[in-house]
Amino acid sequence: MWLYAARRIVLTIPILLGVTIICFALVQIAPGDPIQNLLSPTASAADAARLRAAYGLDQPLVVQYVIWLGKVLVGNLGLSIANNAPVAGQVLHAFLNTLVIALISVVLAFVVSTIFGVLAAYRSGRLADRVITAVAVFGISVPPFWLGVILVILFAVNLSWLPATGMGASGSESFDYLHWDDFKFAIMPIVALALPPLGIMTRTTRAAVAEILNQDFVQTLRAKGLSERAVIVHALRNILPQAVAMLGLQLGYLIGGSVLVETVFTWPGTGYLLNKAVLTRDIPLLQGTILVLATAFVLINLAVDLVQSTIDPRIKRS
Amino acid sequence: MTDAIVPSRSPAATHLPAAPQRVRGYWGSVWRRLRYDYVTLFCLVLILIIVASAVFAPELAPLDPYKSSMAHRLKPIGYRNYLLGTDEQGRDMLSRLLFGGRVSLSMGILPVVLATAIGGLFGVLAGYYGGKVNTVIMRTMDVFFAFPSVLLAVAISGSLGGGIVNQLLTLTIVLIPPLCRVAETATAQVRTMDFVDAARATGASTLSILFTHVIINVMSPVVVYASTLVSVSIILASGLSFLGLGVSPPTADWGLMLSTLRQSIYVQPWVSAIPGIAILVTSIAFNLVSDGLRQAMDVRS
Amino acid sequence: MIHPIAVAGGSHPSPDPRDRGGPAQPMLIVQGLKKSFPIRAGLLNRTVAEVRAVDDVSFVVVKGETLGIVGESGCGKSTLARLLMHLIPKDAGQLVLDGDPVGEARGVMLDELRRSLQMVFQDSASSLNPRLPIEQSIAYGPRVQGASGSSAKAQARSLMEKVGLNPSLFGQRYPHELSGGQKQRVNIARALALDPRLLILDEAVSALDKSVEAQVLNLLGVLKRQLNLTYIFISHDLHVVRYISDRVLVMYLGQVVEIGPVDAIYDDPKHPYTQALLACRLSMDPEARVEAAPLAGDPPSPVSPPPGCRFHTRCPFVEEICKTAAPVLGDVLALAPERHLAACHMVQPGSGHSRAPDRVGVH
Repeated sequence: MWLYAARRIVLTIPILLGVTIICFALVQIAPGDPIQNLLSPTASAADAARLRAAYGLDQPLVVQYVIWLGKVLVGNLGLSIANNAPVAGQVLHAFLNTLVIALISVVLAFVVSTIFGVLAAYRSGRLADRVITAVAVFGISVPPFWLGVILVILFAVNLSWLPATGMGASGSESFDYLHWDDFKFAIMPIVALALPPLGIMTRTTRAAVAEILNQDFVQTLRAKGLSERAVIVHALRNILPQAVAMLGLQLGYLIGGSVLVETVFTWPGTGYLLNKAVLTRDIPLLQGTILVLATAFVLINLAVDLVQSTIDPRIKRS
Repeated sequence: MTDAIVPSRSPAATHLPAAPQRVRGYWGSVWRRLRYDYVTLFCLVLILIIVASAVFAPELAPLDPYKSSMAHRLKPIGYRNYLLGTDEQGRDMLSRLLFGGRVSLSMGILPVVLATAIGGLFGVLAGYYGGKVNTVIMRTMDVFFAFPSVLLAVAISGSLGGGIVNQLLTLTIVLIPPLCRVAETATAQVRTMDFVDAARATGASTLSILFTHVIINVMSPVVVYASTLVSVSIILASGLSFLGLGVSPPTADWGLMLSTLRQSIYVQPWVSAIPGIAILVTSIAFNLVSDGLRQAMDVRS
Repeated sequence: MIHPIAVAGGSHPSPDPRDRGGPAQPMLIVQGLKKSFPIRAGLLNRTVAEVRAVDDVSFVVVKGETLGIVGESGCGKSTLARLLMHLIPKDAGQLVLDGDPVGEARGVMLDELRRSLQMVFQDSASSLNPRLPIEQSIAYGPRVQGASGSSAKAQARSLMEKVGLNPSLFGQRYPHELSGGQKQRVNIARALALDPRLLILDEAVSALDKSVEAQVLNLLGVLKRQLNLTYIFISHDLHVVRYISDRVLVMYLGQVVEIGPVDAIYDDPKHPYTQALLACRLSMDPEARVEAAPLAGDPPSPVSPPPGCRFHTRCPFVEEICKTAAPVLGDVLALAPERHLAACHMVQPGSGHSRAPDRVGVH
């Protein structure tokens, strides 16, 4: 087990290095010369060369990468073009906003999908199964940002139950999830985020439970007179490792993929920050945000693997 | 002459008693199973209709999708001859929807086809050769797996900038790693089969073995998987367009229409939702067809 | 250099135009063949050990004979077959095909080896390409060797007739539409498509029902005479090996422990391992069946084979000498092929084993 964990951690290092290479490359593939933007129209070629040298842009790409990587490792993600503020601070601040709603969404999706999945597996082929399967297909197929728009139309425009966008009066600084006046701003983003993972996890849970219900040991439990509730608990315990893996993976996808939903609801998370970076072509901000999100995704996957290896006795790879 | 009524076959076939003509093969058996899956067939027909309506958009569209009219902005569904109402510039929604399907469907299908070709090729090479070739290709893919697909799409597209070519490029890059992995797994499995060794023993070139023996067997899992990616690609594409990273206005595209109409949800909420319904229906249809295809191609069933 | 050796075993029908070395030249000489597979483990996936699957194997295959190779599963039989076919690269050793070293300058090139040496695989789900009609599977070899589409097809059809399959009825069928025996006939036809001289049959009948097995064995016998073939017949089934072989080679943990004419091996096995193997056979006479297993336990790991004689951990006659010195088989390449040799201290005069014969009494 420890060897597996150690190996898994070691294997993460080259992946993270690869992530930094891709993030570094993002700046390289962006069209346009950053120096030209900084120069005044009257600047001479010598001025351009001087500025290029000042920014280290005259160095070979490998050297530029190593210098950039050195800065990244100490938490310096550069300056945003739009407001000249450090990227790292903006990203971290936004990341927290994203993390909270992503966590709530994934837990919500997990709980509902477990109930749905068990129910559908038990009522296989019956009405409940069909309805739940339809919901799951809907969840997988729906563009989450469009779902956001629909939610806004329904609950903000037509019914006026919930605020359409933003974080409300208290803003990002003093937002209190335990306070209803604040929390109601988070409801629709959470629901819109939760539906796709809900669809995926419902299908997986349904398949896993159905498979376990068909296995001999469940028949044995029933034959021994165990109540159906105990049977379900038994079955759920067997799919726990798989469920944890799903949970972690979906959390990673939500954190990385919330850009569209956050844009719809102008929720000030990393997704919204990305949208801003894209609209204003603020490449350093784009690069820094992507780097933080991808790193988080890799670390979440690592954590999931490690947790899974402790709860799943079958993983004793050495 | 009795021969006259016997349809001419090869002479050998005539003296066989009750020789069933069983030249069916694998795809024949897949089709036989698919024929009774009505949900899949329905969705298949639906996809054909959607594709046809996009292809024949110029013939089908009742009005000019680019002709705006300040007098008829944001009219409701069924207003005069605007069957699905008008958008924020007074253009006919139905016509724009039909034309928008051209871009949106292309962005669902083209990147998947390109990524299947490129990712499949790398996967087959990695799986067949193993060793260092495998390490280089698959570890590179692992790095791309470190990004959630939406994030990777926004990252690449955001750096490259908008435009239809950049969007196509972005989606293709995003879809290559998963297809490569599926092809690699399938190839590594086929690689261990004795018929590959038998082919090597004949002195055949690697290229010939790959084409005659490997790719033909790797095809079906890869195609099934690729079919699940069409709806992913449509949603990703519409998402990028929604962020302004797709086609530029005034070109019609479902994602872009959704984005520009977002400002109008207070005026005409349901007209604003129409492009999303088009995306949703197309995406569901592709999802269900790929589900049906996977079941029909599953040898165990 | 290896010299031609006198041959007693094997029959010599009409001269074969493909024959280069003459009847006395062995069809195949295998010398010092070695292959090991690395085992990786640990934090950085370093190679920590290696499995010596084939460890210094030498033998001779005489023209026109059937050489049976027997041994428990995992003893290296299949690795040996794949090494002979050049499907996996060898670590060391030399192959001489009808007098010409394989894969060296002035020797036979791989392409020629491919034509002369073919392999029939075990009947399994993976032996035939599931997506190719069997006619195309058979015609593939001639196609890649440059035959035109129509001539390859004609050849495939004639081969199907040779192995007893009606080409009109079966040609367009897919493997999953065939029975095990029919598939094995296709496998044989495919191997024959390049007009080989030496056929390696790796567990070629092992997966078949007994009645089908007999049919396929008969077919192999007929084909051998018709096409002037030489067989290397690899099997774990000792009855089948006795039925089909002229000579038998016994492998244990990647090494040859005994080799000799089939009757000598079966009637008078010298090596305790061969004795134990033969004792394991189910006798046709229920009264004579052995009750106790003569071979206790699994073979030791080929990763770290025991020092000395590799069989000493399971041998009932083990003595001190067996644990320290590895017994030698004798020079199989220099001695006449019909000689009966065993790698055991008990048959080596003066080896130090209490049962060893005196220096004079050689077999």
